[in-house]
Amino acid sequence: MKAFAPRSLEETLLRLGEHPDLRPLAGCTDLMVSEPEDRLDLPGVLDLQRVSELRGFRWRGETLEIGAVTAFSEIRDSPDVRQSFPALAEAASKIGGWQIQNRASLGGNMANASPAGDSLPVLLVLDAQIVLVGPEGKRTVPYRDFHVGYRQTALGPGEIIGWVQLPRPPQGATQFFRKVGTREAQAISKVVVALLASVSDDLITEYRLAAGSVAEIPLRLTEVEEAMVGRAAKADVADLAGHLAAHAVRPIDDVRSTAEYRRFALAQVVRRMTLQLVS
Amino acid sequence: MTLLGSSPPRPDGAAKVDGTLRYANDLPAQGIWHGATLRSPYPHARIRRLLWHPERAPAGAVCVTAGDLPGPNGVQLLDDEWPLLAANFVHHVGEPVAVVAASTRLAARQALKAIEVDYEPLEPTLDLSTAGRQEPLYSLELKSGEAEQELERAHLLVEGTYRTGHQEHIYIECQVMSAGWEADGTLVVEGSMQCPYFVHRSLVHALPLESDKVVVRATPVGGGFGGKEDFPSVIALHAALLARACGHPVRIAYDRHEDIVGTTKRHPSMVTHRVGVDAEGRLQAMEIDVVLDGGAYRTLSPVVLSRAVLHAAGPYRCPNVHIRGRVLRTNTPPNGAFRGFGAPQVQFAMERQMDRIGRRLGFDPLEIRLRNVLEEGDRLPTGQQMDESCSARLCLEKAVQETDFKERWQRLETQRIARGDGDSAHGIGLSLYFHGAGFTGNGERVLQSVIEGALLEDGRVEVRTAAVEMGQGCDTVFPLMAAEASGLLPADVVLAAPDTSRVPDSGPSVASRTSMVVGSEVAYVVREIRDRVLAWWSDHQKDGSGYTVEGGLVRGENGKGRPFREVSSRYFEAMEPLVISRQHEPPEWQVFDEETYQGVAYPTYAFGADVVEVEVDPDTLEVSPTKVTAVCEVGRVLHEKLCIGQVEGGTLQAVAWGLMEEVKLEAGRYLNDRLATYIIPTIRDSPEMEVHLLERPWKGGAFGAKGVGELPMDGGAPAAVSAVENATGIEVDAIPATPERLLALSSARRWVPSEPKDPQGDRGAKR
Ligand SMILES: Cc1cc2nc3c(=O)[nH]c(=O)nc-3n(C[C@H](O)[C@H](O)[C@H](O)COP(=O)(O)OP(=O)(O)OC[C@H]3O[C@@H](n4cnc5c(N)ncnc54)[C@H](O)[C@@H]3O)c2cc1C
Repeated sequence: MKAFAPRSLEETLLRLGEHPDLRPLAGCTDLMVSEPEDRLDLPGVLDLQRVSELRGFRWRGETLEIGAVTAFSEIRDSPDVRQSFPALAEAASKIGGWQIQNRASLGGNMANASPAGDSLPVLLVLDAQIVLVGPEGKRTVPYRDFHVGYRQTALGPGEIIGWVQLPRPPQGATQFFRKVGTREAQAISKVVVALLASVSDDLITEYRLAAGSVAEIPLRLTEVEEAMVGRAAKADVADLAGHLAAHAVRPIDDVRSTAEYRRFALAQVVRRMTLQLVS
Repeated sequence: MTLLGSSPPRPDGAAKVDGTLRYANDLPAQGIWHGATLRSPYPHARIRRLLWHPERAPAGAVCVTAGDLPGPNGVQLLDDEWPLLAANFVHHVGEPVAVVAASTRLAARQALKAIEVDYEPLEPTLDLSTAGRQEPLYSLELKSGEAEQELERAHLLVEGTYRTGHQEHIYIECQVMSAGWEADGTLVVEGSMQCPYFVHRSLVHALPLESDKVVVRATPVGGGFGGKEDFPSVIALHAALLARACGHPVRIAYDRHEDIVGTTKRHPSMVTHRVGVDAEGRLQAMEIDVVLDGGAYRTLSPVVLSRAVLHAAGPYRCPNVHIRGRVLRTNTPPNGAFRGFGAPQVQFAMERQMDRIGRRLGFDPLEIRLRNVLEEGDRLPTGQQMDESCSARLCLEKAVQETDFKERWQRLETQRIARGDGDSAHGIGLSLYFHGAGFTGNGERVLQSVIEGALLEDGRVEVRTAAVEMGQGCDTVFPLMAAEASGLLPADVVLAAPDTSRVPDSGPSVASRTSMVVGSEVAYVVREIRDRVLAWWSDHQKDGSGYTVEGGLVRGENGKGRPFREVSSRYFEAMEPLVISRQHEPPEWQVFDEETYQGVAYPTYAFGADVVEVEVDPDTLEVSPTKVTAVCEVGRVLHEKLCIGQVEGGTLQAVAWGLMEEVKLEAGRYLNDRLATYIIPTIRDSPEMEVHLLERPWKGGAFGAKGVGELPMDGGAPAAVSAVENATGIEVDAIPATPERLLALSSARRWVPSEPKDPQGDRGAKR
């Protein structure tokens, strides 16, 4: 098996040009828990962790750029993230436990493309863009278009996730995050929900809602969003939001929970967030 | 100063913490081959054909199937009904069909692909409701008084059916066993196990071999909880057969996934109560039907059922009791020993039933228990009369006094109804429980445990037992008990490693018996050796007798002390080897009739009461246990820290069994056969724990200690579920009380969002 640990983006792209089937790796927290046989069958690996261009935070105007290999502990503790994207900081603090947060990367969470990935609904409501890089060049795609099917992404051959771009949220918007896991820590979500919303002049003016573990990919719940925007900010809209959310998803029974419970918990969480928004 | 009850550091502690201790899979693997197991994908099937294609396997790989066995195809436990390898039929998913060995772990896994099996799937029996139509694996009955008649006459009849699920042990160290054959035909097996002589016996039986041609060594054990009582015999046999086939020593080391798939679990149960009470809430008659799911083979199920039946009526007084017990066979992996051994299942049912009776009569959980609690002089359904060490009331009173239970339970009942939207629900629950100490019935008499002590050249005393240190602390406690009994220092006592060629059969490390039974005999043999040494010393001193040992020093009438070791090493030089062998005899009054189930089933009982507090999320029904107050009366505390550790660990295991641990099956296959999906608590899920140890020594030995290993497993689940009921009003009869189950049970569904009507009219009118 071939293994490369490039020190720069340039070297990374060179390797990918030579061997487009190299498996990129970052924290390895998904890769190393797969079946041993699957790991041994890999043609080769490309460790992205030493590529400084892919790590850390920078503002470009009103957009915060986060490198794909940035670990969740860095995201959790970043003053920029905590200040402007508190829902992302909150999600980062709920991933695995401290040990996992120290290794697991934002890019790995996206590329692994589990419907239960905890940062994913947050990226959806933040209207993130992602920059994909490969030997052919660079392209920017809206994160909403990244997940194209169960565990399938828009990544082309030899392409990796370079950065995530987060536009500064609208003034006065509130962010919510809630994970309903199998336990307090080291838990995969049964349901995970993110909401970014604004109220002005007693009207809901912005309502972006996304959920994970409720369908084959993380979803923006557009039906709910459309129904909420423009409504009077009164407590009774919360029940409606919860109800519509429960109907907007396609959860399944699996080893972690039941479809019934997932709908129920989603409805309850959306209802609670909306109540907090309007009260 | 007494050593007992203090908390000296454990001798194995540092090496466990710094990682230098060598567990079975850390031992040198030079020249060792590796074993792997082919398992049935079907819950029930006929094996039409089983072919090994060596040409498709890595070079040198060997395969052993049922057709290759040199002796009986049975793992000798209580009987040998459990096959080593499936022959003709498979009866559960994961059943070993063939084992292979090759020079690396990976090659062994690849060799599995060179086995071709043609199965004809058959109709499986998958749950208890249909299993009941077949002949049970084992059944029992216990009767006192006239339960049927008295039930009819009772003021109130309360019925209930209670279910508990599988539980997986999740010892940190998975099962590991190595086997090798010496040139003279001796088989040497070493690995992680609780009971070296159980493994020894099964090897002698199935291979078959002369007993002196088998040596079994227990390596340091990284947790057992009963899971290394029965199963190590299976994996030891596999390793021994493979080693013979390939001519190399063979190690089989399960990873976590295989360990969950392949090894035994706690028996699921279904317990049905029909209980008659008078208007004051006093138990008049009980009819209890205990059903355990044994899985595909009998394993240790008969003795699990026996303990279950003997604990089914709880620590309560009732004149008319009729308990029926059955273990049913299903096409699921066999269930076996797990901390508590049947008692947690039946006491979950009994405690829920007490809460239910209380509710029906308007008594809180404390009141209904106080009216029925077992006291000195009362009799159990076996006829056994409680002596002065019966402490059920003491535990109950201590627990409620420490927690202000009665007041708070009542207050939370009221708050539940008045709670606002979004307020979390708080609840408090209580349980009372007991646990028979040591082996059931005549078990100890049958075992004839032998403990040996020998004087070493350096003057220390070597104690030889087959007891295994698996974290519970016997290597810490034995020297303490010996020192307490003899006046020697704990450091004057060394423990021989549990190796069947070096230690006698002191019985298995199970049933909370190690300190209580083996420990008291350890104390005996060390005292005996001291006496012999002292007698000899006195004879050889001018001033004659009057010598004693204290604090490790031998003193005469007015002489100054001299280290015992100095005296005893002189004895060693001068005299014949000094070896004391002692066979354990249970008290002569411990007589139990296995036919009628009357008599003394256990020489004494430990008691406990738990108060569990929970917080329930108002939106998601997630339950967090916030605090547990556990009161355990253990006879005598031998080592305070270890004893508290047993209570904390057992209680957490019990609360988790009640709230989150769940083995999910689909068509007889475990769905959550990994740590990512079999959910056990992390430290973040663990409640604050307050442990109170009480002492009412029993008179039979071990300085009054009654055994503590299993007791705390009995009370956590019912108390936690009772707290959930107090918080939510949801009556939970089956565990675990997961949010999914609570949702399914909350018929009112008052937290589900309202109907899909638009509160602000249609969209056009929204402004
Ligand atoms: C104990 C434990 C607990 C966990 N808990 C959670 C949790 O609570 N919530 C949660 O969401 N997840 C959890 N996970 C899953 C995992 O930690 C996350 O998905 C994590 O974000 C993966 O990141 P990584 O850097 O470790 O990815 P890796 O394992 O290194 O890679 C994962 C996948 O992504 C690909 N990849 C990585 N980086 C890139 C890139 N830049 N471009 C293209 N492809 C890339 C790899 O090829 C691989 O296929 C847990 C995992 C474990 C082991």
